[in-house]
Amino acid sequence: MKFLITTTLLLCTITDSFAQDAKTILDKVDKNMFSITKIIESDMVIYGRRNTRTVTSKGYSEGTDKSFTEYLAPEREKGTKMLKLEDRLWIYSPSTDRTIQLSGHMLRQSVMGSDLSYEDMMEDRKLTEMYDAKVIGEEVIDGRNTWILELTAIVDDAAYHGRKIWIDTQRYIPLQEELFAKSGQLLKKTVLTDVVKIEGRWYPRKVNYKDMLKDGKGTDFIIKDIQFDAKIPEYIFSKAALKQ
Amino acid sequence: MLAIKLAFKNLLGAGLRTWLNVTVLSFAFVLMIFYNGMIDGWNRQSRKDTQAWETGEGQFWQPEYDRYDPYTIQDSHGAMSEEIQSEIAKKNLVPVLIAQATAYPQGRMQGVTLKGIDPDQTILKLPTKALSKTNDSDYAMIGKRMATSLKMDVGDRLLIRWRDKNGTFDAREIEIISVFKCDVPSVDKGQIFLRLEVLQEMMGMENEATLLVAGENFKHRDFKNWVFRDQDFLLADMDKIIQAKKAGGTIIQALLLIIALIAIFDTQVLSIFRRQKEIGTYIALGLTRSQLVGIFTVEGGAHSILAALLGAVYGIPLFLWINKVGISMNYTQGMDIDLPIGEAIYPYYSLQLITISIILVVISATIVSYLPARKISKMKPTDALRGKLQ
Repeated sequence: MKFLITTTLLLCTITDSFAQDAKTILDKVDKNMFSITKIIESDMVIYGRRNTRTVTSKGYSEGTDKSFTEYLAPEREKGTKMLKLEDRLWIYSPSTDRTIQLSGHMLRQSVMGSDLSYEDMMEDRKLTEMYDAKVIGEEVIDGRNTWILELTAIVDDAAYHGRKIWIDTQRYIPLQEELFAKSGQLLKKTVLTDVVKIEGRWYPRKVNYKDMLKDGKGTDFIIKDIQFDAKIPEYIFSKAALKQ
Repeated sequence: MLAIKLAFKNLLGAGLRTWLNVTVLSFAFVLMIFYNGMIDGWNRQSRKDTQAWETGEGQFWQPEYDRYDPYTIQDSHGAMSEEIQSEIAKKNLVPVLIAQATAYPQGRMQGVTLKGIDPDQTILKLPTKALSKTNDSDYAMIGKRMATSLKMDVGDRLLIRWRDKNGTFDAREIEIISVFKCDVPSVDKGQIFLRLEVLQEMMGMENEATLLVAGENFKHRDFKNWVFRDQDFLLADMDKIIQAKKAGGTIIQALLLIIALIAIFDTQVLSIFRRQKEIGTYIALGLTRSQLVGIFTVEGGAHSILAALLGAVYGIPLFLWINKVGISMNYTQGMDIDLPIGEAIYPYYSLQLITISIILVVISATIVSYLPARKISKMKPTDALRGKLQ
């Protein structure tokens, strides 16, 4: 679910007049996928060297600033909750009955052993503020025509210096994204598949997130249920909700 | 004088019983000196190694820096003033820049600490000369423990990913140019050494450092925005651990000493019981009860003197031999121990250690000898002369 919030960030508007095409494309993607609130029940499938684990969670999000996730299974992770408010992240662990705020080194740790780090979940700035975008070509992915958008950082503090996004030319949803380091090294790759129409909009039900520097098949996020613009009580996005 | 003469005469006359007691007590004595000597030797070696490899003659830290709190590393970097630069040029200070990163050895992910250091530095024992090589590659130096943990060797290439001062991810391959052996785990574990300028460029922190290590010739003075940490501060934790180990060892020493003292106590009780006629004769000859208690106390206490002498007979050659060959600690090399341990520990026997051990053994033996001897003062001389049980 968290990852999908990050994915939604791709839908921001590019203001540069030189990149009008890219802007139009992203606007349409935005219209298709963006909602004020989302409630998502999902499975996170973590492919390890020896075994595969599935972690089920239910997530609530409002915009890109607020999100709350509760882990439902397996038994070991059940009851663990995460709250993100802007640039702060708290985790509640039921085994210790304690809430800790993650910062610094801990943010670099992987989330439940997946290819996603906590700091990946902390990204909440609009791409328009950080990147210059342009369409650099077209490509067919899994039989779907896509535009390739190249984003280059225009600010010093963007987490990734460059991004490449493949957008379905008919359904206006991203099908693939690559994140690059300053040196040009490919760091992470996201593949969005199983696109279905939900509540009148196209949405990918499966997202594979892969740390390209690491071996393995990455981590799958599979959406089991999603509600757009559902009403979420305000207390959900409070620290008090972590211990409930 | 009479008491001492009589005591030794009686002791030697008792034969095997005396020598058994003396032997056990000498074991306690030798073990006590050996164990404390070993801990002191280890402590001296550890301090010396840590100083040579890591702490130098003290360090200047960025105010936010806390070596035990990785959260502080991100913000712990500051510019080096001209005054500091001049000390660096004179080789009185060596700057170290610290950053966190993720390494990807064989497709695995591992958190690492990057340390940028001047290859020409001479203050620390780190073989940084290896980093002077400049080429298209970025060269790195790692310790043996780190090489084992990364499963890498000289010539291997390692992909690392880090975030620069602005938080932007960057990644590149570095080549391991040297693997050094170091007895100080905190210099080795989880650390990758790079040329200072290389790390400064990677992080976008030109002319910045996290800490400055002072050398022998550095004349102490303060620098604005840097906090000085002296040897006592830098080695405090290691001292505490070693002291705790010393305290743990005293339990074994105390047990051995107690066994020896119980043997002396037992001998004294038996001796007073069996030598009642002798005691009665002494009193009849005019010795006061306190003189008699003194004779028996000295007799018991003299065990400790003989034990010290016997201990010296086999202990001194043993200690000299151990000091020559050292106590091999090779078996600890693969272990995950955070304390500096060399391949061998060379015990250090200080005069203070030997004196304290002798005093402790003599006093304890004298006390346990005195306790049963007090019974003499309650004896009736006539009954004692007849050997009647009292």
